[in-house]
Amino acid sequence: MLTHFLLLFIGALLVNNILLIRFIALCSFFGVSNSMSTSIGMGMAVTFVMVLASSVSWILWHFILVPLHLEFLEISAFILTIAALVQFVELFLKKNSPSLYRAMGIYLPLITTNCAILAVAFINVSNHYNFIESIIYSIGVSGGYTLAIVMFAGIRERIASAPVPKAFQGYPIAFITASLMSLAFLGFKGLFGL
Amino acid sequence: MKRLLRPLVNGIIRENPILILMIGLCPTLAVSSAAINGIYMGLAATFVLAGSNLLVSLIRKWVPDQIRIPIFITIIATFVTIVDMVMHAYAPDMYNILGIFIPLIVVNCIILGRAEAFAYHNGVIESLGDGIGMGLGFTLILIVLGGIRELLGNGTLFGFQIMPSSYKPVIIMILPPGAFLTIGFLQAIQRYRGGKS
Repeated sequence: MLTHFLLLFIGALLVNNILLIRFIALCSFFGVSNSMSTSIGMGMAVTFVMVLASSVSWILWHFILVPLHLEFLEISAFILTIAALVQFVELFLKKNSPSLYRAMGIYLPLITTNCAILAVAFINVSNHYNFIESIIYSIGVSGGYTLAIVMFAGIRERIASAPVPKAFQGYPIAFITASLMSLAFLGFKGLFGL
Repeated sequence: MKRLLRPLVNGIIRENPILILMIGLCPTLAVSSAAINGIYMGLAATFVLAGSNLLVSLIRKWVPDQIRIPIFITIIATFVTIVDMVMHAYAPDMYNILGIFIPLIVVNCIILGRAEAFAYHNGVIESLGDGIGMGLGFTLILIVLGGIRELLGNGTLFGFQIMPSSYKPVIIMILPPGAFLTIGFLQAIQRYRGGKS
């Protein structure tokens, strides 16, 4: 049982890294990876919302949509729930935990359209994960997200002061960097038979 | 007719969503391992874009400013559900390949972005033109990217053998790193040409 959870976690964290192998949530990967501090804040915010969102969407799916035979409303129901949840979290943090709000408040509105959150909700449903599995899976995915975006930000900080050819400055070199990172993560394929 | 065509051409070339505006990257990179995937994904997104732009511009006079985003998202989600169910029924193989990226059209920044930035402020015909143009611009990049990757990584184009049999495929091009590499070079070429003219 424990090994099963561990494999699920490692698989989501490294082998099927959500950014570099599965290509989900790339807008934020290139958008907010200009400095280490913003990418750490974004990673924290994504982790927090993802765990919360996948538990809420699991409950919504198993206790509301399936008993009422409304499975076809999956897309609308999940996106609206997640959007409402993010708003609610933002208000709650603003009121009750100003320090946490300062650390990740500005990233929360970005998260509503962050596809990773919604993707994990869909994957949990389509892979028939139970409640504990979906929580562990979402922790693994968000850990993988944070790992990749923080490493990427570290590299981009150095690229900013490197002599890059004019046509490659900015996004093109960032894409090529991402390609090399993706190549490195491809090396995890087959780890523990995953 | 001109009102329809101008935003349409604009979306395909001058404001191409992927190369110029840098939005909607996830499905672009993920499904572009073969050219044919690009056509399906692009047409699905074009349908949603055109439909949501049309509907948003029709109802824009009655939508209160404060709750416009949830209304837009609901409209988009409805169109995505239609595409999802139609593809599941009529193109099940492609549905399995595109997988999670069909439902994820709902959070594609291009669609909400166009509803908010264009359709909410413009007439019905212009909005329809803009939706189709943006969708076709997106499709075009998907096909180009998919074509390059398929040709180099597999030696085929739309499933037909193009390269001579002595050609040794560069497998890396159809694996995830190849997607980043190709789009990086495409953008660099675009910049180089833009810098010259």
